Amino acid sequence: MKATAWMGTDSVKVIDVPDPKIMNARDAIVRISTTAICGSDLHLYHGYIPAMRKGDILGHEFMGEVVEVGPQVRNLAPGDRVVVPFPIACGHCSSCQRGLYSVCENSNPNAGIAEKIMGHSPAGIFGYSHLLGGYAGGQAEYARVPFADVGPVKVPDEISDDQAVMLADVFPTGYMGAEMCDIKPGQVIAVWGAGPVGLLAAASARLLGAERVIVIDRFPYRLRLAEEHIDAETINYEEADVLDTLNEMTAGRGPDACIDAVGLEGHHGNAAMYAYDRAKQAARVETERPFALRQAILACRSGGVVSVVGAYGGFVDKFPMGAFMNRSLIMRTGQCHVQRYTRPLLERIQRGEIDPSFIVSHRMPLRDAPKGYKIFQKKQDDCTKVLLKV
Amino acid sequence: MSRVDTVLLPELDGPVPATLPSALGLLSLALGVGALVAPGPVARLTGVDDSPAARSVLPAIGLRELGSAAGLLSGRRPAGWAWSRVAGDAMDLTLLGRALADRSGERRRRVALTTLAVAGITAVDVLAAVRVGRARRARARVIRMQIAVTVNRSPAEAYRFWRDMENLPRFMAHLESVRADDLRRSHWIARGPAGHRVEWDAEIIDDQPNKSITWRSLPGTRVPNAGRVRFVPAPGDRGTEVRVELRYAPPAGALGRAVAKLFGEEPEQQVRDDLRRFKQVLETGEVVRSEGSPNGISVRQQAMQRPAQPLPASRR
Repeated sequence: MKATAWMGTDSVKVIDVPDPKIMNARDAIVRISTTAICGSDLHLYHGYIPAMRKGDILGHEFMGEVVEVGPQVRNLAPGDRVVVPFPIACGHCSSCQRGLYSVCENSNPNAGIAEKIMGHSPAGIFGYSHLLGGYAGGQAEYARVPFADVGPVKVPDEISDDQAVMLADVFPTGYMGAEMCDIKPGQVIAVWGAGPVGLLAAASARLLGAERVIVIDRFPYRLRLAEEHIDAETINYEEADVLDTLNEMTAGRGPDACIDAVGLEGHHGNAAMYAYDRAKQAARVETERPFALRQAILACRSGGVVSVVGAYGGFVDKFPMGAFMNRSLIMRTGQCHVQRYTRPLLERIQRGEIDPSFIVSHRMPLRDAPKGYKIFQKKQDDCTKVLLKV
Repeated sequence: MSRVDTVLLPELDGPVPATLPSALGLLSLALGVGALVAPGPVARLTGVDDSPAARSVLPAIGLRELGSAAGLLSGRRPAGWAWSRVAGDAMDLTLLGRALADRSGERRRRVALTTLAVAGITAVDVLAAVRVGRARRARARVIRMQIAVTVNRSPAEAYRFWRDMENLPRFMAHLESVRADDLRRSHWIARGPAGHRVEWDAEIIDDQPNKSITWRSLPGTRVPNAGRVRFVPAPGDRGTEVRVELRYAPPAGALGRAVAKLFGEEPEQQVRDDLRRFKQVLETGEVVRSEGSPNGISVRQQAMQRPAQPLPASRR
């Protein structure tokens, strides 16, 4: 089959690899119809995530048709149209049973490496480094889906591929980011990053009853999406001082909750600050550029929630612990426990409460994956979200 | 430290074998006294009574033998003293070889017989030295560990799975098979990367249903080992804390290197991975596999990951 493989920093190729086969009794094989490039795939593309090997198949957002199931999979049959959550979760460990699917205790065969870096191992993730399991990803013609009796959700005909594939990662991730804010009537929610997750976090904050939603980014075309589709207010951090503007907008209180939907490759309006962290990152003294996180902490109302759904991989410097502690802030974070959200969010799409596919800017065939990575990386052609059609 | 230390292994906890070194000590004593007190008869007996040098060499050999005898009979550092005997034997064999070269007739016959006897004693000395050294080093190499994992199953379920010893290879990566001979005894086969097989018999010496199992290898194994697993209810109704204690002594030499490879550079990591697989099998039904780690969790595999893409048909 054809598959998108990581070939080194800033290099992906569509190569021929063997077709996947059932390896565990609870596996299914899915013939992929639509798959997406995630912002976190760019962290791999840029070489910021350790334990990648040349030839690793990328992709953790995909959907398609079940073509084969293992003997222990009884809820799916060949022909079913399914969307697959990006965390691989067994459904039986105590983390899974508490709904914490992205920290499944059994799905990372390389848990020993992850423990050395993170203390304990999170779940395995499709196409996301050997640190997180060494699973082949879904930017391919076929994928093997472990624990197919737990993860994949059947998609009704009236839901399009473009809508359904949003349920693999970005919509649940954005939704969880908003849910963690514990939004009450009248509250103001600020979102750093107007990429797919940030936009869907902002949209979810609306669904969950936020009074005002403020989105912060530097790309006017993305901020426009926030204004047009979510009725959000926006701040371009290259044009305005974010903290001053947020204080002005909230009459000095600060947002009730702040969502970091940027993660480890942030940019900063202040060139000197950017250069400082970029240099440390290049020297591998620091692994992240946590501008959004620092700013979200400083901006947040005292006693408010900082919700982190942007991806981090290692260590951050200059964490404003003094502000965090003295102002009684709360941080909530986590890779999304997608399996918790797929069905309820599918129902919200069915009821017409939201169409998450408004973020999609590009659709192209799988063979053009290298081009898709390039334009997404360079933010060319007003790129927000690239779907690959198989 | 660990309660598994109360499980006695004859190879590790019995006295260092002392019979053979003591016997050799007595032999040294007899030879030494003979060579010192009656160098003449000894020289005649061994066929070197025609050599003027023999009269001065024999008492020196006698002194050397008394030294070895004192060392061996003292019981301290028996391996070192056994090797001192081997060195003495080598010296004697050299002298006898030279004596044999320029003699003929009856004297040649006597020197040859002496050489044969000394060669026989040398073999016994080497055997004693190796055996004593092995026992001592085994004690120095003993590895102990205590590792635990929490499994989301009841103590009874975890106990039942472990108690069927034939299940052990399903999660202990280095085991090829375990055959239960009866309710207590079992035969274990481990296989290393180079194809080295290590086999031993084990017996369960304490069995507390749903609580703990204690086992040890039977005498005669090259890899003496003992283990105990306890199944403790995890607080807060979170299943079972499976707490394993292990003690084993890898042998020396090529076999030892193979055993070391079985357990890798980090034996604790290997056992931790075994327990992770135990958890996977109990909670999910089998060992979880990925394209990068097609055989499931393994330290060795983590270090040498294949790319995360489907396996070629030939490797399935």
